[in-house]
Amino acid sequence: MLSRDRWLLPEGIDEMLSEESRRMEILRRRVLDLFAVWGYELVIPPLIEYMDSLLAGTGADLDLQTFKLIDPASGRLLGVRADMTPQVARIDARCLAHDRPTRLCYLGTVLHAQADHLAKSRSPMQVGAELFGHAGSASDLEVIRLMLEMLTLSGVEDVHLDLGHVGIYRGLARQASLTSQQEADLFEILQRKDRAAMTDLLAALPLKQSCRDNLAALIDLNGHQSVIEVARSRLIEPPPDVSRALDDLQWLEQNLRTRFPSLPLHFDLAELRAYHYQTGVVFAAFVPGCGREIARGGRYDAIGSHYGRARPATGFSADLRILLNLIPAQTFVSPELPLFAPCADDPVLDEAVATLRKQGKIVIQGLPGQNGGALDMGCTHALSRRGNTWEITEVSRPDGS
Amino acid sequence: MLTLAVSKGRIYDETVPLLKALGLEPAVCPDKSRKLILPTLNPDFQLLVIRATDVPTYVEYGAADMGIAGKDVLEEYEATGLYEPLDLGIACCRLMTAARVGAPDPLSGGRPRVATKYVKTAHRYFARHGIQAEIIKLYGSMELAPLVGLADCIVDVVDTGNTLKANGLEARDLIMQVSSRLVVNKAAMKMKHTAISRFITAISQTVASHAGRSIQP
Repeated sequence: MLSRDRWLLPEGIDEMLSEESRRMEILRRRVLDLFAVWGYELVIPPLIEYMDSLLAGTGADLDLQTFKLIDPASGRLLGVRADMTPQVARIDARCLAHDRPTRLCYLGTVLHAQADHLAKSRSPMQVGAELFGHAGSASDLEVIRLMLEMLTLSGVEDVHLDLGHVGIYRGLARQASLTSQQEADLFEILQRKDRAAMTDLLAALPLKQSCRDNLAALIDLNGHQSVIEVARSRLIEPPPDVSRALDDLQWLEQNLRTRFPSLPLHFDLAELRAYHYQTGVVFAAFVPGCGREIARGGRYDAIGSHYGRARPATGFSADLRILLNLIPAQTFVSPELPLFAPCADDPVLDEAVATLRKQGKIVIQGLPGQNGGALDMGCTHALSRRGNTWEITEVSRPDGS
Repeated sequence: MLTLAVSKGRIYDETVPLLKALGLEPAVCPDKSRKLILPTLNPDFQLLVIRATDVPTYVEYGAADMGIAGKDVLEEYEATGLYEPLDLGIACCRLMTAARVGAPDPLSGGRPRVATKYVKTAHRYFARHGIQAEIIKLYGSMELAPLVGLADCIVDVVDTGNTLKANGLEARDLIMQVSSRLVVNKAAMKMKHTAISRFITAISQTVASHAGRSIQP
């Protein structure tokens, strides 16, 4: 490697310099403080875990995304977390042995083996909140509200909310008795809303006409809230869990409408984000200018069973780095300007500096023989000696202006 | 404002009549103008004129709300962040293997060397037939590769087959039928749902009447 590219970071790995880090820290505190007042307790899951527990119940996608190494101590395969949600589900299932609702939140860097297609990052800073132990729509509503509050409080503007329910596709696929291969093929087509391929595939399957029509309808069932009504009238003899899913969506729609009257709501009954482990309502937030969702979540009731204790669960997560880029810089207060303390062997000066720092002032200590003076260090004010005391004076510019 | 990404050439030429029928005719001709963003007769609708292989990228990032791209390009791009709601039935051709006249069948075994710009599609196709192929990525003039011994066969789109014939090649197996699809950015579909679904309905009616067959809106 040539010395001139030795400083380059691996693909998809980045760092934050001081100004960006400062804003990130402000954003991090805003978000965690919000979660705290909603009763969500912070947990710090480990960076690496045994693969079997890290991936329990999450499907093959996460496996391919996980950096792996062998644990020299146990000889077992370890994975660097690529998603913190299953870790938090494990914490709820194994470490907190009670049946009350549990509210947990988390924040940390995760690693992805493959760079994300759009953001090009392999190290998102994942932040999220999860609510365990309640199976009704009320807990879905709570986490959606918390996600929207998080975005508002962060300063992200013009948020659109997308709602769906994986129970609808699951129920219709079961009604049609699709094999798992057929279900996967159809799933892949629905993700593309590829009408031509959908028609071809359904025509080739030996299905009852009503089942075929129901599955075909999914491709059109997206748009404003009228979609729920359209679904009720278009779906022929839907199984009870499908009707229940539609009721859930309608209930959420009404409640969100009252609480966020100006929030643009979109429904997509064929939206199957993280289909492998989601079991109910799924939702995502979009903003103009961003080609895909900026925060997303949903219900995943089954995952705890992989850790020996099935608990209803719902929650959301987001990449704090992506949110930070969406927030206008002026919403962050600018930092207080530092004061400069000249280099002097004087206990009175040391005491003055200590007092100022105790008051929260930033004081930069000059060093003997250093390059650059107070102004070069970004200080417009400095401590200067008057008699036996030190006081703050404006630093005069070298040209005397 | 809706933005549609289209590639120059055949796809553009066959898209314009469809847009014309919707009153979305480009206000300037891309051959006469050097502009890459073309206004249309509707102030809320503009075109981006870009390379065919770039269309899925622009649309996936949301730089364009929608795009028109050949199925060959979409298959190679392995688009996951796009909706593909409509087959426009334009710019039709076939993606095929081709080899020198009389050369052995590329699917007969061994490790054939395959020259193509469709690296992933070719790899998948041969793998599906139980063959591990050596893929040689080329950017153009694929027909030359078998002639100079660079490859045993090629994978390319075939329209009339005249270029193959002129170079002593023959088309062998059909990999897939290709036509152009309307692709839509997922976020745009959710945030500009009314405008986009209106456009999809209108253009699918036009496509249906052009093709003389019915396509559900």
